[in-house]
Amino acid sequence: MTALLEVSGVSKSFDGFRAINDLSFAIGQAELRAIIGPNGAGKTTFMDIVTGKTRPDSGDVLWGERSVSLVRMSEARIAREGIGRKFQRPTVFEDQTIAENLTLALRSARGPLSVLRWRPSRASRARVADLAAEVNLGGALHRKAGELSHGQKQWLEIGMLLASEPRLLLVDEPAAGMTLAEREATTALLRRLAETRAVVVVEHDMDFVRRLNCKVTVLHQGAVLAEGSLDHVSANPQVIEVYLGR
Amino acid sequence: MLIRRHPALLTALAILALFTLTVTLMSEAYGSGALATSTVKLLGKTLCLALAALAMDLVWGYAGILSLGHMAFFALGGYMIGQWLMYARTAEIVGRTLAAAPIPPTPAELRDGIAGQIFGVVGSADLPWSWSLAGSLPAQLVLVLAVPGLLALGFGWLAFRSRVNGVYLSILTQAMTLALALWLFQNDAGFRGNNGLSGLQNIPGQAHVPQSVIAVRFLWGSAFALACGFLLATWITGGKFGSVIRAIRDDETRVRFLGYPVETFKLAVFTLSAMICAVAGALYYPQAGIINPAEMMPIASIYLAVWVAIGGRGRIYGAVIGAIAVSLLSSWFTGGRAPDLRLGGYTVHWVDWWQVLLGLGFVAVTLFVPRGLSSIWDATAGLRHPARRGADLGPDAGALQEREAEA
Repeated sequence: MTALLEVSGVSKSFDGFRAINDLSFAIGQAELRAIIGPNGAGKTTFMDIVTGKTRPDSGDVLWGERSVSLVRMSEARIAREGIGRKFQRPTVFEDQTIAENLTLALRSARGPLSVLRWRPSRASRARVADLAAEVNLGGALHRKAGELSHGQKQWLEIGMLLASEPRLLLVDEPAAGMTLAEREATTALLRRLAETRAVVVVEHDMDFVRRLNCKVTVLHQGAVLAEGSLDHVSANPQVIEVYLGR
Repeated sequence: MLIRRHPALLTALAILALFTLTVTLMSEAYGSGALATSTVKLLGKTLCLALAALAMDLVWGYAGILSLGHMAFFALGGYMIGQWLMYARTAEIVGRTLAAAPIPPTPAELRDGIAGQIFGVVGSADLPWSWSLAGSLPAQLVLVLAVPGLLALGFGWLAFRSRVNGVYLSILTQAMTLALALWLFQNDAGFRGNNGLSGLQNIPGQAHVPQSVIAVRFLWGSAFALACGFLLATWITGGKFGSVIRAIRDDETRVRFLGYPVETFKLAVFTLSAMICAVAGALYYPQAGIINPAEMMPIASIYLAVWVAIGGRGRIYGAVIGAIAVSLLSSWFTGGRAPDLRLGGYTVHWVDWWQVLLGLGFVAVTLFVPRGLSSIWDATAGLRHPARRGADLGPDAGALQEREAEA
């Protein structure tokens, strides 16, 4: 299986602190991967580097069949390549309706002139309605996103991620602040999404990771400490020492 | 099509048409003469200011970029049309004088004569390179759009590419307009220093037309431009483009992660807005008659922001209402026609106290009616702001506040 995303020898320091230290690993075309690690292990910096928010000091991030480097691309360009990111707090456009939020995320040309010429079509309206129904907001298309509850906003954001049809989805602590029922629904959704695309979940809630039942990469001091099933990495004495044992 | 989706547009255009018709029927040139020509000019100028406020609302109310240098583009538009007005008018006069001489003048003599007339006041007799197209109306009309447009494009490209945001961007725009004003104040900048350009009310080739008629024609022109600005702004902000720029205003980072080139969008809106401002300026200064670099001082642009804030940002009609109401009130108070207020031992002269009143009004609007004068309209339309317990609609500095939004 060829890798969709390949991180090779990436390092990044902030004021002398090495947040990422010669990090290398690969993610396949359609797989679910959890990245765990204690605070300061470099989880967020890793996501920032992949999405273009932070430029690495050295190393390369290669993407797709043609192995293009993401390191020099802007955030917007990387997003157009098909990498979606879900932030920890729900970020939707609160002044706009659910339909407008979903329309913004729909796959289409992103340049100002194309956006100016864009008109809703029968297909785009149907797609927006389908997406809204899928995240249980079908009856609220013309309500402002700002009126929604916290949980509904999370779902709307997930709907927006679905609308943009990413090939790789980076999800930051999806379980934070969720009830048990919501966690179960989220787990099911992530697993379903991972059938057709790569999904990377950054999480430090071990219960949630166990629920995902997928390959786990343990980060420590900016490098990969262990990789494998959760049971496999849990048995690793180093992992126990730096993370699980404490 | 556009009107069906935006009913407010039809109302606004109808009010504008009615206003123009009423003023025409009350003018000295075409009607009863109840309105003096100076009043017609004041109303025409006010429409131009409303157009500038509309441009400011696009950039601030919709895209969240608080530009405090927008009047630089307005004044540049005025300078560009002023060059032609002054040059062509001087050419007529010099031509007439030289025609009386026994030998007909050569083109070079005519040119020197014009240069001496225009630049004698700053002790020069040469026509600067920047006036090389001044004899051609089409060329100067292109420059009205091109010069402010290119300035905005260059400035915006540098600022947005470096991700300068919020108050830092506002300060940069202030520095831009101040630097431009200080440069133009110099005699050798080629724009007659602090004298500026004058006599702009005299339209070349129209010497036989009385000012009363010219005033009404400019009022029509200004009203037409404002109507076009209204249509353009509604079209731009109504569709997906408007959705993207409002999203940029509220949460720029998120828009970037959706794949939109945020900087290009900001640059497009900023440049377009600068060009609308320039058109407004090109219509304003022939009615004002004179332009000088003081028009570009930062205070003018701050006023523009105050008008939009008082009218209600993020709404096109809000900006227009704000500009018209505040600038007309300002003319009334500073024109000496407002009766003085006698408070026992002290008399309030409004000419001195108007700015204090305006400042208090601005503070009061920001505190108590953040949606500004447009909330009057909103009340009749039954719009309410959402109950969000004080939370703004996005994390960015320009994001809409709870009390500015509508539920």
